[in-house]
Amino acid sequence: MTTTHVAAPPKPRVAAPSGMSIGDLARRPETGALIGTISVFVFFAIFGGGQFLSAGGAASWLNVAAELGIIAIPVGLLMIAGELDLSVGSVLASSSMTVAIVSGYWGAPVIVGIVAALLLGLVVGFLNGLLVTRTGVPSFIVTLATLFGLSGLTLGLSRVITGTTSVALDPGPQAKQLLGTLVAGKFEVAIFWWIAAIVVIGWLLHFSPWGNWVFAVGGDKESARTTGIPVQGVKIALFTASAFGAAVVGVIQSILYNSAQVANGQSFVFNSIIAVVIGGVLLTGGYGSVVGVVLGTLTFSIVSQGIYYTGWNSDWAALILGVLILAAVLMNNTFRRMALSYAPRMKKKG
Amino acid sequence: MVTPLLELRDVCKSFGATDVLTDISLRVHPGEVLCLLGDNGAGKSTLIKILSGVHQPTTGRIEANGEAVVFRSPRDASTHGIATVHQFGGTFPLMTIGRSFFVGAEPTKWRGPFRRFDRKFAGGIAVQEMQSLGITRVTDGDRLVGGLSGGERQALAIARAVYFGAKLLILDEPTAALGVKEAAHVLRIIMQARQKGIAVVLVTHHVTHAMTVGDHFAVLIRGALAADFRKGERSREEITDLMAGGEAMAELEAEIESYTKEGQL
Ligand SMILES: Nc1ncnc2c1ncn2[C@@H]1O[C@H](COP(=O)(O)OP(=O)(O)OP(=O)(O)O)[C@@H](O)[C@H]1O
Ligand SMILES: [Mg+2]
Repeated sequence: MTTTHVAAPPKPRVAAPSGMSIGDLARRPETGALIGTISVFVFFAIFGGGQFLSAGGAASWLNVAAELGIIAIPVGLLMIAGELDLSVGSVLASSSMTVAIVSGYWGAPVIVGIVAALLLGLVVGFLNGLLVTRTGVPSFIVTLATLFGLSGLTLGLSRVITGTTSVALDPGPQAKQLLGTLVAGKFEVAIFWWIAAIVVIGWLLHFSPWGNWVFAVGGDKESARTTGIPVQGVKIALFTASAFGAAVVGVIQSILYNSAQVANGQSFVFNSIIAVVIGGVLLTGGYGSVVGVVLGTLTFSIVSQGIYYTGWNSDWAALILGVLILAAVLMNNTFRRMALSYAPRMKKKG
Repeated sequence: MVTPLLELRDVCKSFGATDVLTDISLRVHPGEVLCLLGDNGAGKSTLIKILSGVHQPTTGRIEANGEAVVFRSPRDASTHGIATVHQFGGTFPLMTIGRSFFVGAEPTKWRGPFRRFDRKFAGGIAVQEMQSLGITRVTDGDRLVGGLSGGERQALAIARAVYFGAKLLILDEPTAALGVKEAAHVLRIIMQARQKGIAVVLVTHHVTHAMTVGDHFAVLIRGALAADFRKGERSREEITDLMAGGEAMAELEAEIESYTKEGQL
């Protein structure tokens, strides 16, 4: 599918590179998100004071960001490819219940529970992808159905098997170390998994040849199909990845808190979309970046945690988020328009 | 006689009970521009979709270089060297010129797990190919396609098809939304492709454009091939009437004129 070129790169008359100009910055999808992150950080640094800036303060929003980020990155990729995934909330709940039931209630080795939970995520994501690509029903509807269906299934099965909706788990030291410990007593180890996800998926989207397909699929499905790229395969892979991300976070939460509840994770449904959209990904697909999604995730977490350091009533956090979403999307639209109209000034040929 | 690049034999197409195309036989030769003319709804786009593998004929067959072929998908058609450019260039507005040029055939550098998209090479080739078609205003492969003009987008799509070795280029109303100058650019690019020995199938509603570049004309009226002639065999008036679906345009024009006169009284 890919070609390795042999010819030396040609030397057409191209605009002379002149370092990072305002124009270059304006045409990156994450510019708006960067401004957003810096703004809310400065805002809470001022109103939240030293507490917000302390290691403890940083840990509080980084921990939120890490769990959200592991889900938001694949959800963002999926959105770039033109699809939504609302089912992440139930996937998270079902995977955290799976590891707790398999390894806690039934007492199987914790690795068995983890593998079962992750497999569950892969299967649900694959089914989402299969349903969307085969039936042509919009992913909003398909994954909404999965969100409800899987949540009912999780609740029902948990009650049938364990008689309760909350199951305890003793993950043992190794699993704890790897997935559920607090580094330096504050920072969730999930932060490192998030960083790994950023590096790997960032590479895949922006540097590997495969990333080009994701943008093409979201940019124009029909054109993408005529170029011969496997549109359905790309989508199925991305749905699978997004559910896998949610399953990973489900496992992390069970191991971190030594227990699982069936109601876990529903907040991630909207929060992941908020993070992705604040991060400059176009809701209708074809445009966005991993760095943008990371910044959107940070912005979301800073606002939702920063409010506690201001001494104000935390009821106001949702209001700030609402205003922020609107402002961020308007700003991202402006930057996208600038990117579209941007053309380098012609340099005199030397 | 030389074997045609592509030949349609008695192709019919119906969607359910409606017959859209009936008994179409056509030949496409290398280095020739075939103009497909006809009124709105005559079946031009449907015919093009059969040539490009989007639809399959209900009856009849397609031959490529004298051998029967079946195009089950656009991918099948493109392996036979058939490239289709849809009205708006069929490209990706929010991708860079370099990235969109190479979708599905990404150039890479480095090896193994670090094999990566070669952005510089992609942008360089895309810009070079566009410039070789006379689009000199485009100099930066990192610009977004959506920022190009309509003509530049058409040029990008045509450049892409030519670069990947298209033998037959199908253009559905490439000049429809373009100003005089941009349209002229696109027509010149069509002539350049023809000179390279590429066959072109051009759909247009513009008599002048058709007469400027066409070697061979096929007129569809309500799904049937009403006329099939070569350059110089019909007058401009005859072609205009045929394009209007066989009605005498002169009468219609006279009627329009009478309204103008009334208005002036
Ligand atoms: N998928 C389809 N199902 C049913 N009817 C169709 C379908 N596609 C096209 N048609 C019908 O076939 C006829 C020819 O359509 P087509 O798009 O080929 O016309 P056209 O010559 O390209 O017209 P225009 O110049 O307006 O683009 C129309 O009457 C249209 O309604
Ligand atoms: Mg048409």
